[in-house]
Amino acid sequence: MLRIENLFAKVEEKEILKGLNLTVKPGEIHAIMGPNGAGKSTLGNVLSGREGYQVTNGIVEFNGKNLFELEIEERAREGLFLAFQYPVEIPGVSNMEFLKASVDAKRKHHGQPELSAVEFMKLARETSKRVSLDAAFLKRGVNEGFSGGEKKRNEIMQMMLLEPSLCILDETDSGLDIDALQVVANGVNEMRSPDRSFIVVTHYQRLLDYIVPDYVHVLANGRIVKTGGKELALELEEKGYAWLEEEAV
Amino acid sequence: MSDFQQQALQLAAQQQSPSWLANLRNQAANDWKNIVWPTRKTEHWKYTSLTSLQKNLPEQWASANAGWKNEIDFIALDAIRLVFVNGVFDAQSSSELPPEVVLFSQANAQQQAVIEQHLGSVVEGKQHIFATLNNAWLNEGVLVHVPRNQHLTRPVYLVQLTTASEKSLSVNQRLLVVLEDSAQAEIIEHFVSTNTPQNAFVNAVTEIIVGDNAQLQHYRLNLEEENLQHIGGVHANLMRNARWRGFTLAMGSKLKRIDYQLNHRGQGAELDLQGVYLPRNNQMVDYHTNVQHWVPHCTSSEVFRGIIADSAQAIFNGRIYIHKDAQKTLAELSNKNLLTSNKAEVNTKPELEIYADDVKCAHGATVSQLNATALYYLQSRGVSRAEAEVMMSFGFINELLQQIPEAAVHDYLLPRLALLFGRDQTLLEMAE
Repeated sequence: MLRIENLFAKVEEKEILKGLNLTVKPGEIHAIMGPNGAGKSTLGNVLSGREGYQVTNGIVEFNGKNLFELEIEERAREGLFLAFQYPVEIPGVSNMEFLKASVDAKRKHHGQPELSAVEFMKLARETSKRVSLDAAFLKRGVNEGFSGGEKKRNEIMQMMLLEPSLCILDETDSGLDIDALQVVANGVNEMRSPDRSFIVVTHYQRLLDYIVPDYVHVLANGRIVKTGGKELALELEEKGYAWLEEEAV
Repeated sequence: MSDFQQQALQLAAQQQSPSWLANLRNQAANDWKNIVWPTRKTEHWKYTSLTSLQKNLPEQWASANAGWKNEIDFIALDAIRLVFVNGVFDAQSSSELPPEVVLFSQANAQQQAVIEQHLGSVVEGKQHIFATLNNAWLNEGVLVHVPRNQHLTRPVYLVQLTTASEKSLSVNQRLLVVLEDSAQAEIIEHFVSTNTPQNAFVNAVTEIIVGDNAQLQHYRLNLEEENLQHIGGVHANLMRNARWRGFTLAMGSKLKRIDYQLNHRGQGAELDLQGVYLPRNNQMVDYHTNVQHWVPHCTSSEVFRGIIADSAQAIFNGRIYIHKDAQKTLAELSNKNLLTSNKAEVNTKPELEIYADDVKCAHGATVSQLNATALYYLQSRGVSRAEAEVMMSFGFINELLQQIPEAAVHDYLLPRLALLFGRDQTLLEMAE
């Protein structure tokens, strides 16, 4: 599914990722934890292709393709999905129009016909129910005036509509109350399948009570410094990151 | 005198006009002879060249033309509709007029008195030379006069249509709206031309008096095609506790200049004006707004947004003048522009002059880029860069369209502008 080898990346001349290695196989859930500034968000941004992140070394292979040869939108159409830590508000652009454009773009890419407005409406209404988002949100501007929880549910709704093969959740739990956290986690669990993988980036162990990972990695100083099972998350919760950072130096 | 000035006087002399308007006309013709023809050094015309007007001198008055009926869509609205074709009233396409709405040529003695009392009383001719010309050319117009405490139940919908002709035409339009105390009305001015090469110069002046506690919803839509030259303005006096809710939209053309001169004359008056301009190709649009706070306790809020494409040019000059007695004024002005091409140009200038010391004012003008994070967000969902740019450009003006209070105007504009941006109309309508 995803193979990252010796990845180095810079933001504004500052090296953030320093030789990161990670392999994700189909159906697996990987949690990435780590202290602030370790490069967790950078990893998601580099993988999705955000401007301003300069890859200086390394290989990323996604479903057998060189990821860095693909434009941002091509990566999405190929099945990579990044759930944003801070979903963007775009007033004036209707959520519905945006969602349809993205679903159609993916369908076209895979040689399927675009959905009619009626077909799409039906799909969108069903999906919004799955994430407990009132269908009225479809009519608003993209994330316009949404609460933190509503934005995150909108992210999960997009994930469900696009049916990606690799989902990266970038601190999706930040700023969520328990109810919203459960909706998000249920959405992810519903989406679990043998051919779909997840990378869950989080600060806190709490989310991993709901989304149980196969692997937990600690990202510190731009590299994965420790890998373990789900019990590693509990150990981190107890001991913090400092002992690992020392080991990493 | 410039060639245009001279030609304009000849045209004035060719007109038949009601005798009771003669004084106003003659005075204006005299003033017109003495105006200083604007050049690029004239502050009010700094960025707007009148060369094309000089090059296309209007040769004759326009006449009615019937070959347009399948080319124009009206706004779907239960309204008092008045259709003018090349400046000539088309009774067949118009509604039967209620007593509150009358053509100048058909005004009774009482209505003539209202016209004589108010016509030319709002517009400042010295600054607005084309309003002076409009007076000199005056032979017809529309009076909307709503008496005290009365509400017009239907909107007044004025369609000003220009059609093609071989010779270059001149069209003079005039609207006078008088809302007496506590009266209410909605007025929609819709300027449009057939999609055939025009060679017309349209001079359209609107004067409005909103009396004490009176309320007006006003629209001015300049949707003419690009060969047309339009210079016009909306000039209004707002009396005590008057309410003004306005929206204006202009597509570009060879020359399009629209002035809004709004005066707060009575305490407690409020005005809210939103505008959108969309010049493309080699077109231009020039909006000059001037809000004058003469008295205390008034508020004004103006939001204008423009998207300038291709080699087009836009000018926005937004002036707020707060006189020394106008304490407790609240005034806001925002102008945002989006350039979608390297050759597009905008000159925007907010002007704030404050002579009172207890006021709250905010103004800002920006030339924006599309938000890079938002573009990335759309792309990260599979939307191509090009489509994301178009979606966001449309979103930039759609934010204002969404706030149009008259649903029929909104529903008329949305699909047309969506089409301009290549958006899926069905989905937009479902999304509304």
